[in-house]
Amino acid sequence: MMTGKRGAQITAGNREASDRLVKIAEAIHGQLCDDNIPYLEVSSRTKNNIVLDEDHKVWKYGSDVVTRSAKDLGGATNILRNLYTIDFIREMIKSGKSSTLREMYYISEGWEKAKFPTQDESNKLAEDLEIITRNMREDFKLRPEEDGARVIGDLTIAERNRKGQVKRFNCKDDVGESGYGIPYNVEEEKLQFKSVKAKMIIAIETGGMFDRLVENGFDETHKAILVHLKGQPARSTRRFIKRLHSHSNIPLVIFTDGDPWSYRIFASVAFGAIKTAHISEYLATPQAQYLGITPSDIVNYELPNDTLSDQDVNALKSELTDPRFASDQWRAEIKLQLKLKKKSEQQALAKYGLDFVTDTYLPQKLKEMRIIRG
Amino acid sequence: MSQPYAETMAKSQKEISISDFFAKNRQILGFDNPSKAMLVSVKEAVDNSLDACEEAGILPTIFVRISRTDNKDRFRLMVRDNGPGIVKKQIASVFGRLLYGSRFYAIRQSRGQQGIGISAVVLYSQLTTGKPAIVTSKIGEDHPCYRMEVQINTKNNRPQMISNEVVLWDHPHGTQIEVEIVGRYHKEKRQSVYEYIKSTAIVNPHVEIIFEDPDGVVHSFHRVVDKLPLPAEEIRPHPHGIELGVLKNMLAYSESRKMTSFLTTEFCRISPRGAREILEKASISEKKNPKRLNLDEVQVLYNIFNEMKFMSPPTDCLSPIGDLLIRKGLKKEIDSKFAHTVTRDPRVYRGTPFQVEAGIIYGGELPAGDTVKILRFANRVPLLYQQGGCAMTHAIERINWRPYGLEQRGGKGIPSGPAMILVHIASTNAPFTSESKEAVADVDEILDEVGRALMECGRKVKSHINKKVKLKKVSEKYSIIKDILPEIARKSSEIIGKPHPPLDGVITKIMNVTVIDSGIMYHEEGEEKFTEVTIKVQNYTQKAKKFRLFVKVPNGLIQGIFPERNRMKREIIEWEVGPIEPARSVRLGFTILGLDRTDYDDVDVYYSHLTGEVIGADPL
Ligand SMILES: Nc1ncnc2c1ncn2[C@@H]1O[C@H](COP(=O)(O)OP(=O)(O)OP(=O)(O)O)[C@@H](O)[C@H]1O
Ligand SMILES: [Mg+2]
Repeated sequence: MMTGKRGAQITAGNREASDRLVKIAEAIHGQLCDDNIPYLEVSSRTKNNIVLDEDHKVWKYGSDVVTRSAKDLGGATNILRNLYTIDFIREMIKSGKSSTLREMYYISEGWEKAKFPTQDESNKLAEDLEIITRNMREDFKLRPEEDGARVIGDLTIAERNRKGQVKRFNCKDDVGESGYGIPYNVEEEKLQFKSVKAKMIIAIETGGMFDRLVENGFDETHKAILVHLKGQPARSTRRFIKRLHSHSNIPLVIFTDGDPWSYRIFASVAFGAIKTAHISEYLATPQAQYLGITPSDIVNYELPNDTLSDQDVNALKSELTDPRFASDQWRAEIKLQLKLKKKSEQQALAKYGLDFVTDTYLPQKLKEMRIIRG
Repeated sequence: MSQPYAETMAKSQKEISISDFFAKNRQILGFDNPSKAMLVSVKEAVDNSLDACEEAGILPTIFVRISRTDNKDRFRLMVRDNGPGIVKKQIASVFGRLLYGSRFYAIRQSRGQQGIGISAVVLYSQLTTGKPAIVTSKIGEDHPCYRMEVQINTKNNRPQMISNEVVLWDHPHGTQIEVEIVGRYHKEKRQSVYEYIKSTAIVNPHVEIIFEDPDGVVHSFHRVVDKLPLPAEEIRPHPHGIELGVLKNMLAYSESRKMTSFLTTEFCRISPRGAREILEKASISEKKNPKRLNLDEVQVLYNIFNEMKFMSPPTDCLSPIGDLLIRKGLKKEIDSKFAHTVTRDPRVYRGTPFQVEAGIIYGGELPAGDTVKILRFANRVPLLYQQGGCAMTHAIERINWRPYGLEQRGGKGIPSGPAMILVHIASTNAPFTSESKEAVADVDEILDEVGRALMECGRKVKSHINKKVKLKKVSEKYSIIKDILPEIARKSSEIIGKPHPPLDGVITKIMNVTVIDSGIMYHEEGEEKFTEVTIKVQNYTQKAKKFRLFVKVPNGLIQGIFPERNRMKREIIEWEVGPIEPARSVRLGFTILGLDRTDYDDVDVYYSHLTGEVIGADPL
């Protein structure tokens, strides 16, 4: 490990990324010298182009590629943006700095023709570069904003802070009520798991339900590590869950609302998200199990519900053709829901009182899943 | 014996005066509600003024003023023209008697047809406010000017003159009418006075209209042409267009002594031979006095009229606006990028000549999401009500507009898009659906003609849109080669530390198109008007190009065609172009003399013998 200015580090990953980025610029320069219209190829990022990686049991991009050609204005601008971004990352790595994706978006304001119209576009381009180089954006010294996903449970962590000192603390005893905030970098060099005194990991979609479980002391009564997903989970949250799971080897269950969008949250944790399928093996935990709310739960527990909107129905139908949901069990549940035309939230369980979820629902479901014995 | 009941009934049976009838059935004439009454009153007065001026060969200048009164429901309306005026002894009848007019028996294209219009306004004013109409009229410089207060005696449909004086008037001739009516005034709404006046100005570019609204704001609609439309000729009725009742009246009042001369002199397209044939078929003696025909004979004659073939009536009696003038009118009032107008040849329905004109404007400020606005006109009068019940609308709805680049649900109905459609029907007897002249009836011949005119407009819109799409593509390509590509070269060289690669080859590969760019420059030198057209042909392909180029030019004086290798046939200039080497360009051009600034604003370029993608011109 090398140390740049101001104590920042340049890793082998950084150097490799930088070399591969320069290769992209080289290829474009070569195309121009050969009198060819410049182009770039990137894996197509649609649900039709994800395939199961047998080794890792996660879903990754297939062989479809999109070609961005300077023949049209959109393609030409994209190539120019790639070059500007490459140059920017290269300079960052050289000088040992790093920036957030948001900062890069603002810096692009000065790139004239290559400036990004929205941050979504610059985020997507960073992902393109990950796909082309097969490096992670951490190697590019690009990071997302802290997203504040939280963890509570009997888990002891050693984290290296900004000054380079390693601090050790327990996620039950040494944190406040809001729990331990997951940092953006959760790789080995930054964060290590020291001890895990729990029987399961429960990842929860909504803050309200996370707080309910914490208040009812479910982490202590059932020896569980509770992770708040905060909607569609950030990369670092998924990476954290993956590392925690492979370190501890205890069951991982996902507890979300009962609607198509929540099933996608589960799929992104378990199998990989379509947007980040190039790094699924780092982010996805195929052993994750879906706990609920399932469409059957809506019926069995007679949960308060809402009628599916047109978008909900379309999303469910699209999941029926999504290879990640091809199992019989998923297909049966999705079809049931299309028939019911209903959806329920996690917090609908409060119909039976505030303790129902921790006293009855979760124990019953966990028993059914053979995670606890009855 | 008791008296038969019919005798009792007879006591209450009497002639119902027409004025009474209309007093009870206002809506027939379009006075259904206060807003509509306001509009109809303005319209009847303005239509009359325009008719009178045109008939007298005077370029119309019309002043319209609407002002408020102490009563918020009542308005004063004043319309003044510079027309021929009305002779003293006719004034009272014209304004104070229904069905009194100069046009009812005339078969000629004019706005007024029935002799009801203005007297109905007087009647309405009288019924709603009790005030008489004040008419001021002067027939010439050396004549006195009369001012009269006129009312209608609704019992016997006769005018009542309340006062009559000679006044000083500082206009050489003309007529002014003032009425007080119950009405409502809307600002810039769809069916408003303002809208009516603006539409009138569009199809009457020879008219100057000044409108002072109730807030005292003055709107001027200026004259754009100093020429009156060709006067519409009066024609005799055609045997196919006549109705049984009218035929009966014509026979009864005829001055001819013999049937043969009746037929040949009072109808058009009946020759002496035709007349003999008709009478023979009808078993009516050629010498028979027209007044002597019995009812059966009239019926037989009528049937034969409809069975026999006659030459179509003459159509030179119509006075279309003309496509150039419609364009001028449209462009003056509405800001848009593209306009196309069509004047069809005259046609005939049931012995009645008619002629259809249509125009479409597209783009510019027009809102893209709304349904297309439709401007309907009959004999140069805007029709603002009953759009849904009008043949012009039906013809629009029947067309599938989607191939022409407008949106339309299910390929039927009024299309939507940034466009506006204008339809004008000129006829000696426009077939209105009712006396209020708000909509034209669904006559097949008219529907067909309007359809054809609109489809031609549609095709032009489509090619305009295509051209725009292609031009956008080419301007995108320009920005690739001018702005983006050099940057890609610079940035990639910088990153890898190598010299800039040359870009010429890549540039022609990216463009790979022949671009034909035309520009129009207008200027005046004293009285002379010049429209200079230049066409630049750029070869952005990898091969030399040699081909032919054609430009459609307006009828008129063309000069200074360059370069040399060209010839002009009818209204088309043809050039031999090239060979142009890759990455080179040539310029062509010509000058049009005498047209106004907006007359020629779209160069129609065609090519032949040219392969590969071409932008800015259509294949011939
Ligand atoms: N401003 C005017 N100047 C000269 N003559 C006029 C004027 N206004 C009306 N007239 C004469 O009065 C006649 C009656 O007008 P009126 O509006 O009642 O009927 P019309 O115009 O013939 O038919 P319509 O009922 O269809 O309007 C006209 O035919 C015309 O001869
Ligand atoms: Mg009239």
